[in-house]
Amino acid sequence: MAGRALGMGGGMEPALMGDGRAAGSNGSHEPAFALHVEDLTATYSGDAVLWDVDLNVPPGVLAAIVGPNGAGKSTLLKCVIGAMRPAAGHVYVFGHPYRRQRHRVAYVPQRTSVDWDFPTTALDVVTMGLYGRLGWFRAPRRGESDEALQALALVGMDAYAERQISQLSGGQQQRVFLARALVQDADLYLMDEPFAGVDATTERAIVDLLKDLRARGKTVVAVHHDLQTVATYFDWLALLNVRLIAQGPVTEVYTPEHLRAAYGPRVVLLGVGGHAPES
Amino acid sequence: MTGLQGWLDQPGVTIVLVGALVGVAASLLGAFLVLRRESMLSDAISHSVLIGIVLAYLITGALDTPLHVVGAALAGLLTVWLTDVLVRSRRVKSDAAIGLVFPALFAVAVLLINVYARDVHLDTDAVLLGEIGFAWLDVVRVGPLEVARSLVTMLVITLVNLAFVVFLYKELKLATFDGMLATALGFRPGLVGYALLALVSVTAVGAFDAVGAILFVAFVIVPPTAAYLVTDRLWRMLVLGCVVAVGSSIGGYALAVAYDVSIGGAMASATGAFLLLALIVGKHGIVARALRRRAPRPPPVVHVPEAGGAP
Repeated sequence: MAGRALGMGGGMEPALMGDGRAAGSNGSHEPAFALHVEDLTATYSGDAVLWDVDLNVPPGVLAAIVGPNGAGKSTLLKCVIGAMRPAAGHVYVFGHPYRRQRHRVAYVPQRTSVDWDFPTTALDVVTMGLYGRLGWFRAPRRGESDEALQALALVGMDAYAERQISQLSGGQQQRVFLARALVQDADLYLMDEPFAGVDATTERAIVDLLKDLRARGKTVVAVHHDLQTVATYFDWLALLNVRLIAQGPVTEVYTPEHLRAAYGPRVVLLGVGGHAPES
Repeated sequence: MTGLQGWLDQPGVTIVLVGALVGVAASLLGAFLVLRRESMLSDAISHSVLIGIVLAYLITGALDTPLHVVGAALAGLLTVWLTDVLVRSRRVKSDAAIGLVFPALFAVAVLLINVYARDVHLDTDAVLLGEIGFAWLDVVRVGPLEVARSLVTMLVITLVNLAFVVFLYKELKLATFDGMLATALGFRPGLVGYALLALVSVTAVGAFDAVGAILFVAFVIVPPTAAYLVTDRLWRMLVLGCVVAVGSSIGGYALAVAYDVSIGGAMASATGAFLLLALIVGKHGIVARALRRRAPRPPPVVHVPEAGGAP
């Protein structure tokens, strides 16, 4: 079992290590990583948006994917969940292709990617997180609604369960999306810009939620846009600008050299290396 | 039985039933097209199915075979696929892509009729406007009953569409609201979307003889839109869409008889009347919105950050 030879992360489940899957002598699909992306290249009508990206996110970390606009951050997540077919490369979740690990992954799309005028309630949106477990044709029942309501309570939104979703503020909508991910009880949470356009309370609620997930041994990989908060909210960082610039613990990666490599020489760096100053 | 037969022998009953079935079949699917902002695909499909019908006729030499349904479904999917290809080029927006594809397919179909099927009843007026008024003339035997052919066809299509929406309600809802999550959970939203549009195509063929392309498009778009203005729940939108469709069929027929005007035109106008009503008095209509603007706003939920909160 080549997998045993490599260091086990804190949140590793023993069953995974002994599953007999050949990890390969080159360590290609290493179960030691919650998310392992290998030589990933993706294009939109001929233009490369991701070029030969290798990413290794260990289990149990709060990982941020950071980079300028058009760096391919969202595309990376889309390639992971199979919403976009990469031109080359592979993605492994806990050592296996994504389609065999769907039940262990919760995905939170960008809030603005859906139509909030859709005729449905907050509770119903959260229940959608359980559709994967239900499978084709089976309708959600009372039990699913109860679970969804509990998840809404976790984000402080249970009082809004029967609200039509367009009547929620941006921060409340984001919390509904997070509740939908929580109800899946996954091991890996993929979030696309979870902090985009939310109020201060929601921002803090999300941070608490992320820390709670980490405390329970879960792994979070979030696309993040705010350089100032990266170092305080996350403990693991991947800098991306079509190519992967650097990855690793945030204390090692969050340096002026790496940030300039990702954002260009003209990036204004405030308080890099320590905490971001008040703006 | 004779009572039922006597009832069915009245042209008005057949006409209203055919209109109501087309309306229900169309608006059940239309609700999802409207929410996906793809309602004009129904216009494209309702025209381009003609090429499927014509090709099926050229192959079989008959006008009413199962191959017509298959041909029309494929023609509808071809329309959608060609539109997708154009949109993916990123040089053509989706409305323009629809406008490029279906006139081309429709034009080819018309030329094929002109060249190979001159003597067949497939004239373009009938295609666009249909003639629901003659629906009761063409009858088939179903057990002991003589029933209008289009009534039987539309009943089958309506039941298929109803089953589709009931059994795939959760999948349709997820694929429509959040295609990314649907993909992530393994629900193949693309497949669900194509299945939906294939059924739109089949429904368009069924509606073809009876009501024509224009009334079909009206039934796909208008009842769900009217329902959308009135309710906040998807299932209510589906039910109300059907109610509006049936009401439009009955009201339209009554209107046509009273003023001696085109039945199809009157039914389409009736859907418009329902839409106007919903636009004025609906939950999301003009009056409700004006009242909301005048009423004192509910206090906004203000979250006061504690001292030392994030910037």
